[in-house]
Amino acid sequence: MIETSDITGERIRRYLEEGKRFDGRKPDEFREITIETGISKNAEGSARVKIGKTEVFVGVKMDVVEPYPDSPDRGNLIVSAELLPLSSPRFENGPPKFPTIELGRIIDRGIRESEFIDFEKLCIKKGEKVWTVFIDIYSINDDGNLLDASGIGAIVALKNSKIPVYDKKEGKVLFGERTKEKIPLAKDIIIPITVHKIGDNFIVDPTLEEEDISEVRVTIGSSKGVISSIQKGGDKSLKTEELYRILDLSEKVWDEIYSKIEKSLK
Amino acid sequence: MTAKIFKRPDGRKPDEIRKMEAKVGIIPNADGSAMFRFGDTIAFAAVYGPKKMHPQHSQDPEKGTLRCNYNMLSFSVNERIRPGPSRRNIEISKITEWALEPVLMIGKYPNMVIEVHINIIQANASTRCAGINAAAMALAHAGIPMRELVSSVSIGKLDKQLVVDVSKDEEDWEEGEGATDIPITLTKSGEITHLQLDGKITKEQLKEVLGLAKKATAKIYEVQKKALKESLEDEK
Repeated sequence: MIETSDITGERIRRYLEEGKRFDGRKPDEFREITIETGISKNAEGSARVKIGKTEVFVGVKMDVVEPYPDSPDRGNLIVSAELLPLSSPRFENGPPKFPTIELGRIIDRGIRESEFIDFEKLCIKKGEKVWTVFIDIYSINDDGNLLDASGIGAIVALKNSKIPVYDKKEGKVLFGERTKEKIPLAKDIIIPITVHKIGDNFIVDPTLEEEDISEVRVTIGSSKGVISSIQKGGDKSLKTEELYRILDLSEKVWDEIYSKIEKSLK
Repeated sequence: MTAKIFKRPDGRKPDEIRKMEAKVGIIPNADGSAMFRFGDTIAFAAVYGPKKMHPQHSQDPEKGTLRCNYNMLSFSVNERIRPGPSRRNIEISKITEWALEPVLMIGKYPNMVIEVHINIIQANASTRCAGINAAAMALAHAGIPMRELVSSVSIGKLDKQLVVDVSKDEEDWEEGEGATDIPITLTKSGEITHLQLDGKITKEQLKEVLGLAKKATAKIYEVQKKALKESLEDEK
């Protein structure tokens, strides 16, 4: 459980040479995805995403704050992730380590750069009061690909959020009371899809074992053909042609994931 | 004036526990795991271990160590909780260890640690009790030898009325003598492993509280036992 052994890694690599994976999937095939909303009544919006045995909870909370000086008429977004020790023997308590920070940042950038949230509409009074949207991501069980699960969860949680009641006179948010108003979002959703390179092969939705032996990881956040965030991870290099293959692969699975998310939102 | 029938905010009878739900085996990665729910209060618990204690100087050569870690998800409550440790979490984590340790037979595990991680997914008061109930089940699920199970419930005193399984509205009760919150954990055989109280109460009433807790934990025990049995049947 703690580390994938060399023998297992070798076997995974050899299988992939023949286009096969341990769980019988094709290289471009996701595990079963289930999406549930409303996991906490006290959140503005929330989602539970399962991809195979991997599970994450994502919740949205909002608060009214003073805007940043460089964006006096725009709301804020704060994405944080926590890899709960509950979810894996590999995670420990204590200050966030790099994977936790990176996870939050990748999801943050995808949402921010795609302009999925209309921050201008989240301004209450220029220079004085704006909404902050907090997206908090928690791992519940890690069997690989927490990244894509978190990205899907963040979108679904945002989509089903209701803005809390703000008492303008008192200048206070009435936590627990919600308006019928939704967070102003763009029509097209942004989905992160992560592709891994193992040997000379490329796969999506890795299990933990596959993630362990992955040489390069590229996460591509895109909405209907427009890419708005990329993160290459791993200390190995990538050829240009390989990047093109990754882009093609991520584009190929995008539609499938998109229709699954859309279905869950109905 | 004759005593009028006491009305709880959610219409429950004084000795009525909110709808309970329990499930074992919710986290595949863990050695043992469980969910316990009192109405809108949902706790998840996962057990990892017994495993070697690190750092080495924390090892106890005489017996195994139980380490609990209680935490609330930021969006489990109305006002977002900032991530990171808090004094409340540290206290509840320790209280949970004390609530569970008396029934654990961890003498067999020198230099080892058993970690219990409790996360509150959704909160409507009595979270520590839900957490302890989930943790006890998760430990049993992990196959840690236990003398018996423990079950936890919060008894409340709202003005002068005693109630079982306190909700958030009741916790904030302000009329009359206000609210007194008494979370209690009992073993199956009726021994107290955890007792806290915040508020005001007389000795006589406290005795009554224990009587109510005994009856309530007997019901909780049945729910825990049923879920554990079901998990065994699933494995067959």
